[in-house]
Amino acid sequence: MKQIDQQQVQRLQEKAREVRRHIIAMLGQAGSGHTGGSLGAADIVTALYFWEMNIDPNQPDWADRDRFVLSKGHAAPLLYAALAERGFFPVEQLQTLRKLGSPLQGHPDRSKLAGVEASTGSLGQGISWAVGMALAGKMDRKDYRVYTLLGDGELEEGMVWEAAMAAAHYRLDNLVAFIDFNGLQIDGPVKQVLSPLPIPGKFAAFGWEVLQIDGNDIRQIMEALDCARVVKGKPTAIVARTIKGKGCSFIENKVEWHGVAPKGDEIARALAELDM
Amino acid sequence: MDKQATRDAYGKALVELGKQHQDVVVLDADLSKSTKTADFAREFPERFINAGIAEQNMIGMASGLASAGKTVFASTFAIFATGRAFEAVRNSVAYSKMNVKICATHAGLTVGEDGGSHQSVEDIALMRSVPNMTVVVPADGVSTGRALFALYESKGPAYLRLGRPAVPVIYAEGSPFEIGRANVLRQGKDVAIIACGIMVAKALEAAEQLAEENIQAAVVDMHTIKPLDETVILQMATETGAILTVEEHSIIGGLGSAVCETVCAHHPVPVMRMGVNDVFGQSGEPDQLLDYYGLNVEKIVQNVRDLLRKK
Ligand SMILES: Cc1ncc(C[n+]2csc(CCOP(=O)(O)OP(=O)(O)O)c2C)c(N)n1
Ligand SMILES: [Mg+2]
Repeated sequence: MKQIDQQQVQRLQEKAREVRRHIIAMLGQAGSGHTGGSLGAADIVTALYFWEMNIDPNQPDWADRDRFVLSKGHAAPLLYAALAERGFFPVEQLQTLRKLGSPLQGHPDRSKLAGVEASTGSLGQGISWAVGMALAGKMDRKDYRVYTLLGDGELEEGMVWEAAMAAAHYRLDNLVAFIDFNGLQIDGPVKQVLSPLPIPGKFAAFGWEVLQIDGNDIRQIMEALDCARVVKGKPTAIVARTIKGKGCSFIENKVEWHGVAPKGDEIARALAELDM
Repeated sequence: MDKQATRDAYGKALVELGKQHQDVVVLDADLSKSTKTADFAREFPERFINAGIAEQNMIGMASGLASAGKTVFASTFAIFATGRAFEAVRNSVAYSKMNVKICATHAGLTVGEDGGSHQSVEDIALMRSVPNMTVVVPADGVSTGRALFALYESKGPAYLRLGRPAVPVIYAEGSPFEIGRANVLRQGKDVAIIACGIMVAKALEAAEQLAEENIQAAVVDMHTIKPLDETVILQMATETGAILTVEEHSIIGGLGSAVCETVCAHHPVPVMRMGVNDVFGQSGEPDQLLDYYGLNVEKIVQNVRDLLRKK
């Protein structure tokens, strides 16, 4: 187990705030993109990139690195913010998001940007990539770990459950899947559109270790990652309750903020709230 | 010139269709605001089913509903309708000739900023290759509405390809539209530009410019890719002796390929295909992308000049 002290927690909270500022700034500049789902999962991705994962921005292809797959690929701004802050590319490049010729594609493109492990954006496919990476880790007797992040709406894809079955069948204890349980998708609350509930019970029935946490609480995320590290013989699902849009009051929990970027004074308001 | 997105026209026409016919059922996969089926959902909530983010199941359910007598319109983005759900479309819908109309929006490069993962440039090829499938690619809002009503009348599997951005309205309200019959929008003896979808308006503009250089270009709106209007193609081949095809789709397997197959078999003439040259798209503004991938008026004009040299 890693030691979790209050200082580390604070450092990560500050980092998550910085990541959120980047998200707002880059989406504002791009004029389109997915704000809610990027902000809401910022604490999870920050904990992974700045505490949990064994990675080296100077060697993005290092064979022994831990891997992260953003299965909910529409949260690309979050991934880019974390990669830039972690030193994979200059922070200034974030301003090219979604522009012609930019390696920062609307959805992550592995062939265009070092640090992006899997090209995602078609929901349900990322977790299968992650299962494949975890399988390769077992084959090669390496002890790298694989992390993935799924949306709760994304769980409606059948492919997610095919991957879940495979991960348990192959006893992939080197795999951790976060479920960003914000209760919302595009057409409304997940409960109304097509309920994937109960989420923990489903993963448990598929043979996964299941943890339930507040996904906007950095300490709980760290503790869950700690627990997952000692699970043997099965993959771990961390069902993380989050607030979609977390950090900007007027974006929080609003379904209409799924796929729009902040404009004009919304940008200033959001940044001001994140500075407080 | 008025502009309207074909997806907007689809949403409106779908509500009209729902008013006229009780058997119309609409399915979507968590994109109803974008595909515009939300209009129908508001009007007829009891005849709208949200499949959630589960495109394969949506297509499977569509077949089941159709087998029970419903006329089903199933919508999501083109990449997911024809890509993710391809084999369900083939084996559940087309194989059994189910009365399912797959009305997919956000086709082609003009999806824009979402990037290459979301830009389907293969969907016409995929859908055209499936037996029993009718494939329609309307050029504007007016013909989208007409196409939808025509597809309702023609029972059986169909694919309707729609776009995201507003595009020029080129047809007058009430202009003729018949599935499988191309519209010759402009006569010309030197070359025929055969286009579909949003490229038709650009072809018309190019023909206008070419006329100033004394090049008379015919323009054909090949809105139905399958069944293909071979009569018009062969008539164009005979009358002009050179054909340029233009589509917002890969040059492999789409309109250009279909035209080549017909011309090759029955009346070989030089054909040049304009489309996406076997590459994936990327993020950018829709118009920027069309320019970048060479799908603009200037390129059409230039290609016609080049093509004429081969005649
Ligand atoms: C296969 C597929 N179908 C549809 C979409 C369009 N889409 C993008 S995001 C989204 C909703 C996702 O909801 P959720 O997984 O809950 O994500 P979050 O709330 O975390 O943003 C949809 C339907 C897609 N990207 N991929
Ligand atoms: Mg969600």
